[in-house]
Amino acid sequence: MAKKEVDDRFKRFGTVSFTAITKANDFISYLEKGKVMGTRCKECEAIYFPPRSDCSKCLQSNMEWFEVSGTGRLLSFSELKYGPVGFEEDLPYTIALLDYGDYKVFGRISKDLPYGDLTVGMELRTESTTLPNGQLSYVFKRP
Amino acid sequence: MEKVGIIGVGQSSFVRGYPGSIRELAFEGFKEAMEDAKIHTKDIGASIIASAPEYDKQRSPAGVIAEYLGLVPQPTFYIESICSSSSMALRVAYSMIKAGLHDVIAIVGFQKMSEISSGESQERMGRGADIQWESPFGTMMPAYYAMYAKAHMAEYGTGEEDLAKIRVKAATYGQINEKAVYRKPVTLEMFADPESTMSATVAKPLRVGDCCANADGSSCIIVASEEKAKALCDKPVWILGLGAASETVNMAGRDLLTGLKVAIEAGKQAYAMAGVTPKDIDVAEVHDCFTIAEMMAYENLGFAKPGEGKDLIGSKETYKEGSIPVNVDGGLLSKGHPIGATGGSQIRTIVLQLRGEAGEMQVKDPEIGLVHNIGGVGLYGNVTILGR
Repeated sequence: MAKKEVDDRFKRFGTVSFTAITKANDFISYLEKGKVMGTRCKECEAIYFPPRSDCSKCLQSNMEWFEVSGTGRLLSFSELKYGPVGFEEDLPYTIALLDYGDYKVFGRISKDLPYGDLTVGMELRTESTTLPNGQLSYVFKRP
Repeated sequence: MEKVGIIGVGQSSFVRGYPGSIRELAFEGFKEAMEDAKIHTKDIGASIIASAPEYDKQRSPAGVIAEYLGLVPQPTFYIESICSSSSMALRVAYSMIKAGLHDVIAIVGFQKMSEISSGESQERMGRGADIQWESPFGTMMPAYYAMYAKAHMAEYGTGEEDLAKIRVKAATYGQINEKAVYRKPVTLEMFADPESTMSATVAKPLRVGDCCANADGSSCIIVASEEKAKALCDKPVWILGLGAASETVNMAGRDLLTGLKVAIEAGKQAYAMAGVTPKDIDVAEVHDCFTIAEMMAYENLGFAKPGEGKDLIGSKETYKEGSIPVNVDGGLLSKGHPIGATGGSQIRTIVLQLRGEAGEMQVKDPEIGLVHNIGGVGLYGNVTILGR
């Protein structure tokens, strides 16, 4: 009997992924194509980032994908000098939160954007990236 | 309305590398609370065991600990909301007593953080956030709180030295608390000295001195119905108000980065239930896992207006002699933060203060005290108001 295919695409997300299987696995395939995507509820138009498969507003599960585009305002950020187990080789790195108005995106600042150049309130964009270890992620860059 | 009273409090010393197992650690806090309450294990109707999971290998620690404490065959179960686990357990115990299910309940909080390495500990704590969407970026607790610090600085002009002053205060009292893990003084000069460990950056703008001390420890709170409390205890401390709230786990869901919404909400509930205002609080324990957390607590609980927390610490109003003494036991910063034991330890401090038994740390004649205990990065919040 043929082995059942397991869709574990999400294990490719970030330096270390702690999740392998999710209904939002298409997020990974979009990242491969260079797109960072959120979801929108087709029933009540609620917008979600990070993407959700189920709507907590109307409790329906009828979602469509939308692309995170344009720029978001940098709400806050922090550069880590110590990291958790598994992230040592990435250090130092800067985590941040961008406000796109209808939704926010949490992620990392691109390595080519120095910490000293960052200020709360500046506009940044979100771009998909392939990490040195082959994993997929996204980073914040200058527009 | 029938009240619920606290009739016994205890905690182990908070230490690095406790030389025993989790059941033996839990015994230390329990024994002290039982001796304080002067009751026998048969007087206890149920026990609630509180800790954050994944620090030790024991699955379902409630059974093992209840057995070791001599609390079998009474019902026992486990409650967790990470760092606010034992405050959440107090909330559950309160409701069980009010419902008439039991008239005496023991809440035992514990954590043996030294079972794992510091890096592993950061990874565990980081996984108290959103493991699907955020942990893959390499998040950890200090970095999340650092983002709050950065936002607070950008919005209100709060400085790194304002935060350092909170650690200096904590260390002032950590030195006189014999149960604290960190007993040494900390000065502003140490924060400015590149040679000092205190000044080393963890996650900008937070430095080692801004971060609480990991520790092993246990705490125990024994609560009773009004009738039992009056019969068993000369100086019961009453639970006047309880508040609890939750917030989105994902930072992308947050719309306030200069304060914790769970603290604001839980505080409102607790003040309303107790029928008091922030001005009525004589002594407080707040969840200073990081210096910025205490700064935000001042503002979220109404001790200072938003952005004015720096003036409160600057004028030393939160010192023992000030208008609103906060964390005069050393706080999580110096006393230490054994996750599941922390809420119980905070409650113990306020109970001792209200009974006038806090020794060198005693605040002058307090009548009403407050405990602010947060789980995760403002993910869970509990505020408890106690009175004589």
